[in-house]
Amino acid sequence: MTADRITGDIRTTLRHDSAHKHVAGSAVYVDDIPTTDDTLVVLIGQSPHAHARITSIDLSAVAAADGVVAVLTHADIPGVNDCSPVYGDDPVLAEDEVSYVGQAVFAIVAETMRAARDALPLAKVEYETLPAILTIDEAMKAGSWLGPSVTMESGSPDTALAGARHTLSGRIEIGGQEHFYLEGQAALAVPGEDRDMTLHCSTQHPSEIQHKVADCLGLSNHAVTVETRRMGGAFGGKESQGNLPAILSALAAHVTGRPAKTVYDRDDDFMLTGKRHDFRIDYSVGFDAEGRVSAATFEQALRCGMSWDLSEAIAARAMCHADNAYHIPDMRVISHRCKTHTQSNTAFRGFGGPQGMVGIERVMDEVAHHLGIDPLLVRQRNFYPHKFTPNGGKGRTPYGQLVEDCVLQDIVGELAESADYTARRAEIEAFNRANSVIRRGIALTPVKFGISFNTTFLNQAGALVHVYTDGSVHLNHGGTEMGQGLNTKVAQVVAHEFQVDFDAVKITATTTGKVPNTSATAASSGTDLNGMAAQAAARTIKGRMRVHLAEQHQCAPDSVTFTNGTVRAGSAVMSFAEAVKSCYLGRVSLSATGFYATPKIHWDKQRSRGRPFFYYAYGAAVTEVAVDLLTGENRILRTDILHDVGRSLNPAIDIGQIEGGFVQGAGWLTTEELVWDDAGRLRTHAPSTYKIPACGDRPGIFNVALFGDGENIEDTIHKSKAVGEPPLMLAISVLMAQSHALQSIGSDYPALDAPATPERMCLVARRLGGPGIVLGSASGEG
Amino acid sequence: MREIITFVLNNRIEQVSGLSGDATLLDWLRQRRRLTGSKEGCAEGDCGACTVVVARRDCATGAMRWHPVNACIQFMGMLEGTSVTTIEGIMPEGDDAPELHPCQQVMVDRHGSQCGFCTPGFVMSMFAAWCNGEGLDEAGIDTTLAGNLCRCTGYRPIVDAAADLKTRDIPPAFERRRREREAALMDEIAHDETVVIGDGARRFIAPATAEEFAREYANTKDATIVAGATDVGLWVTKQNRHLPHMIWTGRVRGFGDVLRQGAHWRIGPAVTHEAALKMLAAGRPDFAEVMRRFGSLQVRSSGTMCGNIANGSPIGDLPPMLIALAAEVELAAVSSNRQMPLEDFFIDYGVQDRRAGEFVSALLVPVAPSPHFRAYKISKRFDQDISAVMGGFNISVSDGRITDARLAFGGMAATPKRAATAEAALVGAELGMDAFQAAALAMAGDFTPISDMRASAGYRIQVAANLLLKYGMDLTGTPVPRLTGPGAGLSADMLREARL
Repeated sequence: MTADRITGDIRTTLRHDSAHKHVAGSAVYVDDIPTTDDTLVVLIGQSPHAHARITSIDLSAVAAADGVVAVLTHADIPGVNDCSPVYGDDPVLAEDEVSYVGQAVFAIVAETMRAARDALPLAKVEYETLPAILTIDEAMKAGSWLGPSVTMESGSPDTALAGARHTLSGRIEIGGQEHFYLEGQAALAVPGEDRDMTLHCSTQHPSEIQHKVADCLGLSNHAVTVETRRMGGAFGGKESQGNLPAILSALAAHVTGRPAKTVYDRDDDFMLTGKRHDFRIDYSVGFDAEGRVSAATFEQALRCGMSWDLSEAIAARAMCHADNAYHIPDMRVISHRCKTHTQSNTAFRGFGGPQGMVGIERVMDEVAHHLGIDPLLVRQRNFYPHKFTPNGGKGRTPYGQLVEDCVLQDIVGELAESADYTARRAEIEAFNRANSVIRRGIALTPVKFGISFNTTFLNQAGALVHVYTDGSVHLNHGGTEMGQGLNTKVAQVVAHEFQVDFDAVKITATTTGKVPNTSATAASSGTDLNGMAAQAAARTIKGRMRVHLAEQHQCAPDSVTFTNGTVRAGSAVMSFAEAVKSCYLGRVSLSATGFYATPKIHWDKQRSRGRPFFYYAYGAAVTEVAVDLLTGENRILRTDILHDVGRSLNPAIDIGQIEGGFVQGAGWLTTEELVWDDAGRLRTHAPSTYKIPACGDRPGIFNVALFGDGENIEDTIHKSKAVGEPPLMLAISVLMAQSHALQSIGSDYPALDAPATPERMCLVARRLGGPGIVLGSASGEG
Repeated sequence: MREIITFVLNNRIEQVSGLSGDATLLDWLRQRRRLTGSKEGCAEGDCGACTVVVARRDCATGAMRWHPVNACIQFMGMLEGTSVTTIEGIMPEGDDAPELHPCQQVMVDRHGSQCGFCTPGFVMSMFAAWCNGEGLDEAGIDTTLAGNLCRCTGYRPIVDAAADLKTRDIPPAFERRRREREAALMDEIAHDETVVIGDGARRFIAPATAEEFAREYANTKDATIVAGATDVGLWVTKQNRHLPHMIWTGRVRGFGDVLRQGAHWRIGPAVTHEAALKMLAAGRPDFAEVMRRFGSLQVRSSGTMCGNIANGSPIGDLPPMLIALAAEVELAAVSSNRQMPLEDFFIDYGVQDRRAGEFVSALLVPVAPSPHFRAYKISKRFDQDISAVMGGFNISVSDGRITDARLAFGGMAATPKRAATAEAALVGAELGMDAFQAAALAMAGDFTPISDMRASAGYRIQVAANLLLKYGMDLTGTPVPRLTGPGAGLSADMLREARL
């Protein structure tokens, strides 16, 4: 060891641990796992109706078709026919009724995918169609809700609104979003002795799949093992949606005694799985002449689809982010959880937070427009007090949590200056006065995002660390790798603890056999939870090593040091491997589990009150756009981001999360449009019709930086902050910049809904009196 | 006739027979050869996760050209005589070789992968560009990578990786050895016979001559002509259609030629978009830009001009432009040959004026420059998106008056169609905004478009009318800058300088 620091330590820029395998094509995903020749494939027969009663099912011709080994219906399920994460309301295979177009009705198990596909049209399923409720508007009108609506309230919003100098009300509609992970849902099940089942799944939640497969097959949890090496993207879409393909694979393997694999093709993935919830938000707000908002009410209606899935927690997070960065003393948020005959919407990066935040950012934008002042000033005037505000001066959120760590004043100040916001805004407004067709817009929006699962008990994690006698380290933890670099960061933490080079730590696949009862890798909490658990495991081993070495070398255990590959005990200096060997010979256990549970948090979901979040992550973005008012075509010219990741464990990985999150959020708010037809059929079910950002859609100029003074005030893993979800919401600056561009047309407020597709931009521009042909019969905004 | 196909895979000769005629390269690679580095992300040629590189010799110059293609919609028979390189095949070999190819190393260095699933496809697109020595610069990189979707990174690190690769443009020794061997193997397997591959149920034939092609098509019941398979491929992967006899244009001698025929370019049935681009886009920057946005490099490297016409799509990007340019289409059969204006070819949705046994044997596009030609493609996403509305416009002007007008639209009717009323409003008018305003208003009578997942009828009508306004502005001295274009679009500085 000649370097003065281990390689791959915490707070260093280190490549993704699988980067070499990614570029070589040797990183293994579920569908790449070598299988035996007798492995079967599963193809799902889907409902063609949004809502219907199944009157008869005749699958005899399917079963008799060449290459078909079995056809499964709900009757083949020995245990519980459910794949839901929480409420028991998602049948694996439909029984009497179907509730969305695409719902799984039966499953073909075949030798080849061609055989399965050839057999699919031979199925004879008769339906009696029933009236379907498809949209938020229809559900609200019909009172179709999954459960009672929930209210969160602080202060006296009605009184405050009545007494406000200015008030305004409005509505915004926000579209959903398909995850479009590049790797579709995939699961492989291999039957074993004693009816045991081993699965390889592309999932964020191996433990849940273990439990659901066991329930479905009528087995104990110990009979099912689920392993996940990596996912080809997930973004929340593999938190609960992996259950169905895993259960069907296991059921097929159980029925046939052969390995079975379910890999959705892209169209099936779109049709079967839930998406980001679309929202309709009605708001009323009271404010003074400077734009200080004293009162606000939000009525959030979200389309949950045909079942709960994770919608209750998503709705709660949307409510908890209706304030975003702004301290509004008197506030009410009502949440309506709409039940519709569509895919059951699910987790997606931000988990309701983004939609809640769009609501309040729209309000800030509209208040500024109403008063004729720069929206940035309005935003700044409403921020929660800075973390250095003396005690008693801090703000409380509408759900009762004290905001103690706000650094937005610093971030926004620094960003506005580095991005030259004020001068550019003035120049853009001058440009817009001089041009009729092309208009530009700029907006700076902040993000304050709560970190922890809203559901308190999920905030726990485990890890397993072995140290082998050659000094190499085997690391396992409950988190899953979906590209976010979790394994890299956790391995850095462990390398740091033992003070060995990163390469001495072997990252291994997540498996329920090594770390049990894990939570989903979600809520941005992967590193916070699993990093702490792995650190605890490593510290346990180190503690045992210290005791042994202290005894051997006649010193105090606390004086034994691990530094840069070297262990010092008393006067003895040895390599880490030598120290390990000594411990082994001294009969010291070199294997330990670690556990972590987030402190301080609690949440009362009935009253929507508590401290759901351990801390908040902050960031801000300035985005400039250009819009062609004749066509509505629009483009991001420049984005500047300053984001707080606390003390970064790995700046390269954190920057990657920020850039990727931003572009994904920009897609949600611009080009990504989900279209269902009147019969409830999703018409955008492939990349030919559903448009995620392409290379050329990234901002023309893209400056991303980490907030230099970032440091978590809470005791998180090496004072870092979570980074998975928060940056997605930086993209709200895109929508607000679009609004700014449209505000140049006339005096009316654009009230722009999302996504701001060319169509929406063009038709809003027309409505506002922008240039273009005035057609007598042109229909309204699409 | 050979009942076996021969090609080079990762610099080894492969021979394949007895395979279903509709077997795709991706399935074969992943399932038969266990080369799982190429991924399936969409099975329709829209995501690029399956990108591999197919090397062919240019039919005019004989020079080697490396084409990125989507393996998910390449039929095996289309590989005869080519060299296919997958992600596994670029790993450096030899004692002097580094661990990774430069195309891979730059992606590692720049943190260009997160989940890694799209990564092999990106590496292969960059590999093709690197071999061809083009498309890695700032102006070209968005075009080079438009066919590869990444959901994790936001693309910035990948673009940075490409910029690094651009600085490493001299092939190292191991890569020179790879290319020499590739060329030698391709020469070794070259022949000029017809090849066929099939399993009894599905047959793919690649005739070697035009006569054989016409005869095969005339004599085979239920035959499907395949050109680039960028559409027919989806019939198989998406619709599971049973195509018992596929006949491929790609191997027919002469079908890949672009020839000067009088005042026209004659585009043969196997000429890909990429191959035709240089000739057709000369002096027509809008044509070039629409073609840049058309599909992706992978799609344009396989898909053909004639195929795009023959499939009769109402939303194809080429027909409106070609109709505006007064292109003609030639139809041939065993013993007949006829020619017609392109707009007459499209009769109704899914119906073209093509008789039994006839195939699109050429597209004839005027060579003469067209100073008043403009094209506008409206889609949700700029790159690699099917148009909501596509407009191709051309007028003739004499002494300040419009003497002829061709205003063709896609996405506005069941076929690509000219706006007759709007054209009539233009012809005879003085060249000025008044004429275009009048034409745009008149056009309301020309179309009753539908609402679908790409656009509402209301938007289609509005934007089509506005496009005529834009066209007028472009021709009358107040052009509006385009928000599309190579590079990451126009910068704020460019906009500031633009006079509007």
